[in-house]
Amino acid sequence: MNKIKTIIKKEWAEVFKNRWVLFSVIFMPLLMTAIPLVMLGVMRTDTSMEMDIDSGLDAGVPEAFRSFCPEDLSGSECFQVYMVSQFMLLFMITPLILPVNIAAYSIVGEKTTRSLEPLLATPITTMELLAGKNLAAVIPAVAATWLGFLIYAIGARLLIVSDKVVAALLNPLWWLGIIVGGPLLAILSVNFSLMVSSRVNDPRVAEQLSAVVIMPLMVLFFGQIAGFLILNTLLVIVLILLLIAVDALLVYLGVRLFQRETILTRWK
Amino acid sequence: MMIHTENLTKQFNTVLAVDRLTLDIAEGEVFGFLGPNGAGKTTTVRMLTTLIGPTSGAATINGHQVGRDDQAIRRIVGILTESPGLYDNLSAEHNLHIYASLYEVADAAGQIEKYLRLFDLWERRFDPTATYSKGMKQKLAIARALLHEPRVLFLDEPTSGLDPEAARLVRESIAGLRKEGRTIFLCTHNLDEADRLCDRIGVFKTRMLVMDTPARLRSQLFGRRVVFHLRQADDAMAAAVARLPFVQAAQTVENKVLVTLDDPEVHNPDIVRALVGLGADVQFVGELRRSLEDVYLQLMKGSKE
Repeated sequence: MNKIKTIIKKEWAEVFKNRWVLFSVIFMPLLMTAIPLVMLGVMRTDTSMEMDIDSGLDAGVPEAFRSFCPEDLSGSECFQVYMVSQFMLLFMITPLILPVNIAAYSIVGEKTTRSLEPLLATPITTMELLAGKNLAAVIPAVAATWLGFLIYAIGARLLIVSDKVVAALLNPLWWLGIIVGGPLLAILSVNFSLMVSSRVNDPRVAEQLSAVVIMPLMVLFFGQIAGFLILNTLLVIVLILLLIAVDALLVYLGVRLFQRETILTRWK
Repeated sequence: MMIHTENLTKQFNTVLAVDRLTLDIAEGEVFGFLGPNGAGKTTTVRMLTTLIGPTSGAATINGHQVGRDDQAIRRIVGILTESPGLYDNLSAEHNLHIYASLYEVADAAGQIEKYLRLFDLWERRFDPTATYSKGMKQKLAIARALLHEPRVLFLDEPTSGLDPEAARLVRESIAGLRKEGRTIFLCTHNLDEADRLCDRIGVFKTRMLVMDTPARLRSQLFGRRVVFHLRQADDAMAAAVARLPFVQAAQTVENKVLVTLDDPEVHNPDIVRALVGLGADVQFVGELRRSLEDVYLQLMKGSKE
């Protein structure tokens, strides 16, 4: 356990000395928090958005979402919930992208600075090394996501007059998504980066390929905007179960593919 | 034996990097591992430090088998890699703290101070290593390799790229470690360094070309050459000396007779008597030492042929 702690502390000390990584860790969650709050602020002041869900003026709200909207919400309230929900998925981008930045720097960077070889020569096991690197990337990403969501929740409470809208926006669906889904997404992201790093020769390729991990989330995001799918509690639970299975597979593959010899001899 | 290998072989796809290396290195011995770039020296070090596995053959470090007892081996070996591989954003002290923790060093603070002082880095211990000179980085990397007091030390090109002053300091440090009785496996291009520091030398190019003490290598490859300074020398004197049964060759160069033979300590008096018998005035006698560089170049030339 001490070796894992050492790796985590080392990673943080190294990684956060890089201003760009530090900037991305701070800036991205702030941006993802600000977007839904700004949306809420604009909708609160723009009276032209007053619509009646029953009168058919809310053509922008998909049918599936209308049925998902609590019955006691007015048309405009449902529209607010709908619009902000579109951007809530952005919160899920933070635990996906932030670890990629950190992991790419901590693993690929370790190779480029040639510090990996003496590190691998120490009596640290592959599991300890990967656990340390995993946690070093996952913890800041999850903390930033949770903190961003907390700021969002407080901001939403202050900006939205209607208690019903607040309740709809801060429902268990999103708490479940952020509190449980966030870490699972971060684990997925880090282990995917680890696997890519273990197999490619060029650190730049590793960073670019690792960013592919965001694609499934973008499918969800645009699917929801296009009205093809609406996130509900059942879908989030299914996604979480799917993530648990994928994470377990990726952790297993990450350990299997982190071959000291391959990394030392193939990376140039 | 502290280090033992038996037909140790490493093949990367179609490239044979190390071919059936067999060697024994005793505890406390300083072994020089010489060879050109790409000869397989670093691959050998990586196999012996359990960073990569052999394709075939076996190796043990202090009785621990490579590939089976890797964790035990990592605890008792220290390695200086080709590049210092420091965390440049962190201070020297922080760099060493990380490794002290990974090696589970009991008195981490004490060991760190000991080695930072030994390598004259104590005053700069809080500075990021990015601000260090190449020599300082190399010294810090050696300090890192020594933190856990390893019984076996693998040094891969320890003075490569250093200025003469820094290289001398590193060499003195290695000499100090030798006195402490540590086993040192020294990969180097610096033949003078190997000559001065090593008990034995192996010249390697995918396979071991030759392995012995520096003095015996010179003797094996070139014989020993003794120069007899005379007041007046002529070819007849060299021809007469060449006819002696223990002499391999003799020639005259200006007023000197150069004689190649196996055992000068035994036969020099006979040669002196022969020369005096021919009327020569022998002024003084000395041995011509071949440098290790000559030995190395001769071996490399032979391996190409």
